[in-house]
Amino acid sequence: MTPRLASTAVVLLLLAVPLAGTILNEPWLITLATRVAILGLAGVGLNLVLGYGGMVSLGHAAYFGIGGYVAGILAHHALEGHPLMAWPVALGGTDSMIVIWLVAIVCGALLALLIGSLSLRTTGVYFIMITLAFAQMIYYFTISWPAYGGEDGLPIYVRNSLFGLDTMDPMTFFMIVFVVLVIVIFLVSRVVQSNFGLALNAVRQNEARVRSVGIGGFRIRLVAFVMSGAITALAGALFVDLNRFVSPSMLSWHTSGEIMIFVILGGVARLWGPIAGAALYVFLEQVLGSMTEHWQFWVGLLLIVVVLHARGGIMGFTSGRHSHGG
Amino acid sequence: MPATLIAEQVLNGLQFGVMLFLMSAGLTLVFGVMGLINLAHGSLYMIGAFACAAVVSATGSFWLGLAASLAAAAAAGALVEVTLMRRLYQRGHLDQVLVTFALILVFSEGIRWVFGAFPLYLDIPPLLAGTVPLPGGLDYPLYRLVIIAAGLTVAAGLFQLVSRTRLGMRIRAGESDREMIAAIGVNIRALYTAVFALGAALAGFAGAVIGSITSVEVGMGEPVLILAFVVIVIGGIGSIKGALVGAILVGVTDTMGRLLLPALFATFLEPADAAATGASLASMLIYLLMALVLFLRPGGLFGKAA
Repeated sequence: MTPRLASTAVVLLLLAVPLAGTILNEPWLITLATRVAILGLAGVGLNLVLGYGGMVSLGHAAYFGIGGYVAGILAHHALEGHPLMAWPVALGGTDSMIVIWLVAIVCGALLALLIGSLSLRTTGVYFIMITLAFAQMIYYFTISWPAYGGEDGLPIYVRNSLFGLDTMDPMTFFMIVFVVLVIVIFLVSRVVQSNFGLALNAVRQNEARVRSVGIGGFRIRLVAFVMSGAITALAGALFVDLNRFVSPSMLSWHTSGEIMIFVILGGVARLWGPIAGAALYVFLEQVLGSMTEHWQFWVGLLLIVVVLHARGGIMGFTSGRHSHGG
Repeated sequence: MPATLIAEQVLNGLQFGVMLFLMSAGLTLVFGVMGLINLAHGSLYMIGAFACAAVVSATGSFWLGLAASLAAAAAAGALVEVTLMRRLYQRGHLDQVLVTFALILVFSEGIRWVFGAFPLYLDIPPLLAGTVPLPGGLDYPLYRLVIIAAGLTVAAGLFQLVSRTRLGMRIRAGESDREMIAAIGVNIRALYTAVFALGAALAGFAGAVIGSITSVEVGMGEPVLILAFVVIVIGGIGSIKGALVGAILVGVTDTMGRLLLPALFATFLEPADAAATGASLASMLIYLLMALVLFLRPGGLFGKAA
């Protein structure tokens, strides 16, 4: 199977499952597919730095979580009618998805700029530990900050609104998420093929050589990191709308690990790879979870085997070509 | 704020720091010698605690439990090294992160399978129960004093081991040039297993000792693991001295921040606001410390430039 064919298969599968859910009148299938699309989108963000840029960030839960809290907090204020702040400018909450997405993207980008400009001063194992530590810092902050529910999280009761659509309808919400996903993947594909994408790829392979032709490696990586944070934050905002609930667990380091697993299972540096990975992970969670409550034990063993023996992930396996990441 | 309270918290911070050192020392050695990042180090801490709890409940002896924690963690470490880690030394950090993250899932679920989901409780041995009067009118728990002393003793022993013994010489040689010491006939595989088991035993010991103060439960190692990372980033990778300084810095900063920041904010904020702001800022303090060190010295206090 060529990579293009493998991607088409992923898209068709992602569309087929909610369709089957509608026909069979099993709405939980639609919700499951929506979850896959959103978690996959978070992986698309990480893939940009991990797959294309070779930066092993173990802190992407931070962006996922900040996107989630943007959605939760804005919706909470809209619902309660309390202003978000009264000074220096009066700001209220909102239940408009478009506004929430934009704010989530901006907040994710800013946080990534802050964390990235510190952590990208280092490489290798330092970078891994530092991204993890900063994500953990935000995790503890949300737990100990009582205004938005602290450890208990914050429910938002109704989904936010978009163009007067009935967003509570599972299929409608799935289609919204799907359209966002397709747009983001299209944009990422343009970025990857652009001069910037080529430079990013070159920085991953040999930074010294890139520097010697006059391209600043740090700036390239930082820009990629910021874009990556913005995409994962957008996924976080959608995730909160799906569950109508935001809690610190979105920020826990297990989330960072899981997002990374989506990318690896799917195959690094492949556009639709993270969606395939998220689909496989959710599938395993459902199937193994129905057989044993200790499903994570088996997922762990499976992951070890995949990493040691099947480097290309699903997309690499099906298209018979091994990945070049790592 | 009474001086005895501050003194007590300084000691608590020191005790916390000393335990963090036991965790970080193993991590930093394994990284320095084998170039391996091991996320599952926290699982070895957990295994030590559970082994101790299981043996204590079977035999009633805390000391047997402590020996069991060392043995179990070292054995688990050696097993993991021989079966898995060995394949990872030549791989990139990404594979190391993934495999050791997967190992956490396996260990955590495995322990939950065997011991159930409820936390276990370990009692402080009667010999070490009670408090000791310290100068200045402070009654401080004997057990925590013993932890501080034990931790510092282990630290001194580790320094001796690394700087004075043949094993330590090989460890240092391994840090500077892996290929060369293999080429001159050192059994590098056995050395790696020994270093890994040593680090694991230190983690298991810390788990058992701390398990007696808190509780023994699945996932107990992970917050400590991440703090150990902060310690290593601050101290510099591969440096045992850096791990000791970093660990005590993190331990004392964290404990004192939780005490002093709410009090500081209470001088100009409403009590409820002050408690909330102080507590949230205190929870971020060590990470801000890490950011500061990173900004000033990206390689850590005692590390080579990153």
